[in-house]
Amino acid sequence: MKLPIYLDNNSTTPMDPRVFEAMKPYFMNVYGNAASRNHAFGWEAEDAVEKAREQVAKIIGASSKEIVFTSGATESDNIAIKGAAEMYERKGNHIITCEIEHKAVLDPCRKLEKKGFEVTYLKPDKYGMVHPEDIEKAITDKTILVSLIMGNNEIGTINPIKEIGAVCRKHNVILHTDATQCVGKVPIDVNKMNIDIMSISAHKMYGPKGVGALYVRRKSPRVKLAGVIDGGGHERGMRSGTLNVPGIVGLGAACEIAMQDMEKDHKRIMELSDKFKTKIFEALDETYINGHPTERLPGNLNISFAYVEGEGLMMGMKDLAVSSGSACTSASLEPSYVLKSLGIGDELAHSSIRFGIGRFTTEEEVDYAVDNVIKAVNHLREMSPLYEMVKDGIDLSKVEWQDHH
Amino acid sequence: MAYSDKVIDHFNNPRNMGKLDTKSKTVGTGLVGAPECGDVMKLQIEVKDDVIVDAKFKTFGCGSAIASSSLATEWLKGKSINEAQAIKNTEIVEELSLPPVKIHCSVLAEDAIHSAIEDYKKKNN
Repeated sequence: MKLPIYLDNNSTTPMDPRVFEAMKPYFMNVYGNAASRNHAFGWEAEDAVEKAREQVAKIIGASSKEIVFTSGATESDNIAIKGAAEMYERKGNHIITCEIEHKAVLDPCRKLEKKGFEVTYLKPDKYGMVHPEDIEKAITDKTILVSLIMGNNEIGTINPIKEIGAVCRKHNVILHTDATQCVGKVPIDVNKMNIDIMSISAHKMYGPKGVGALYVRRKSPRVKLAGVIDGGGHERGMRSGTLNVPGIVGLGAACEIAMQDMEKDHKRIMELSDKFKTKIFEALDETYINGHPTERLPGNLNISFAYVEGEGLMMGMKDLAVSSGSACTSASLEPSYVLKSLGIGDELAHSSIRFGIGRFTTEEEVDYAVDNVIKAVNHLREMSPLYEMVKDGIDLSKVEWQDHH
Repeated sequence: MAYSDKVIDHFNNPRNMGKLDTKSKTVGTGLVGAPECGDVMKLQIEVKDDVIVDAKFKTFGCGSAIASSSLATEWLKGKSINEAQAIKNTEIVEELSLPPVKIHCSVLAEDAIHSAIEDYKKKNN
């Protein structure tokens, strides 16, 4: 077993060797521009791109004509939101999203607000879920777009997108979902789930970084998006720029492999994360799962270890690569806005660690990680004045803290 | 962010971690910071004839906060109250090579020292 252990699969995933094999010929040998329509080099590249388009379409139940290749999910989110806003501006200026979306959705929304759009940021429930009735209440005759994450990157909660999509359909509003964490991990069917636009990323499903896709519905309803990057009119005008052929081939291969292995991966990852969770909860008191107890991304465990600060804990688990919602790990010194929105309290937000188990995590690694976590939490609790106070029967909420900030 | 070797050493082998008898007249206790800010330090000193004979800490916080308070207890032992009062956060920053984003940890340690001394003085007025 090699150290450190990678348990940050919601940040990015290692590339599957099968994906790398598929990509290899497209760096050196097949180097044509997929837009070169009049020679064999171009045709070969185009064939590879079209095959990948089919592979991406298949895993989400779409038609290949509905797939637009991008540089990743951040770009996909930008095109979806800014592109829809520009295209449907005459119909209305209201957008609905949620407080705990990824910044790639929130920041474009904020920018649109400056341009005169109105954005409703829904507050999720305490598990980080948005319900169809919340959406229905927020829809007005000016609403043109709902943008809601499918599986939350931090806390793992999966939204009821199908039911939300049905509400959007009923009111004739376009639904965009950022499915970066979900594609390749959970079954998705854009038709059954009433999705109109969907963001996809390769590097979250064992593909390469720097490539993604946007699903854009072509019929009932036909969705049109104004491009964000102009020049050359590639990808039906929605995303100009020479196509990243090796990356696109990698995304396609990652989708095909994910589709083949989804059941097997899901079962194995759930077994490992259940084992991890059970052992941690048996050994440590005052430990809480953030996000939904059942409706969550396979392998994602966001856990708050009360009375222990997240960055300190990460330092104590130096052999584990994880993420924290603690302020100290961010440049802003603010704890995670996602955890804050759930109302779990700043102190528990500071104490949170996100573990992400993936396709290449082994049982040996999970066992090692469990030991490491338990040891580090116990070490830090022994050092924690808060843990001592609680054990002495002091109610921390009644203490007058000398806040130095 | 990479930590300095000294921060790592204090984190792994905290000096003087523990507690003194809060009720004792010879012990001064400082509790600073707040849980919702992500750092709380408890620093205690035991004073005999105006000299700090023992110091203990407990800290909830990041590695730099733990290291700052651990270092503070090391420096406090053997110092007179006046000498202890004169410890500056910048000295802690320098000793531990804290980056700008972690300077508040050293400020908190200085606050904890002052708060513990104040508590001791109040008890012995």
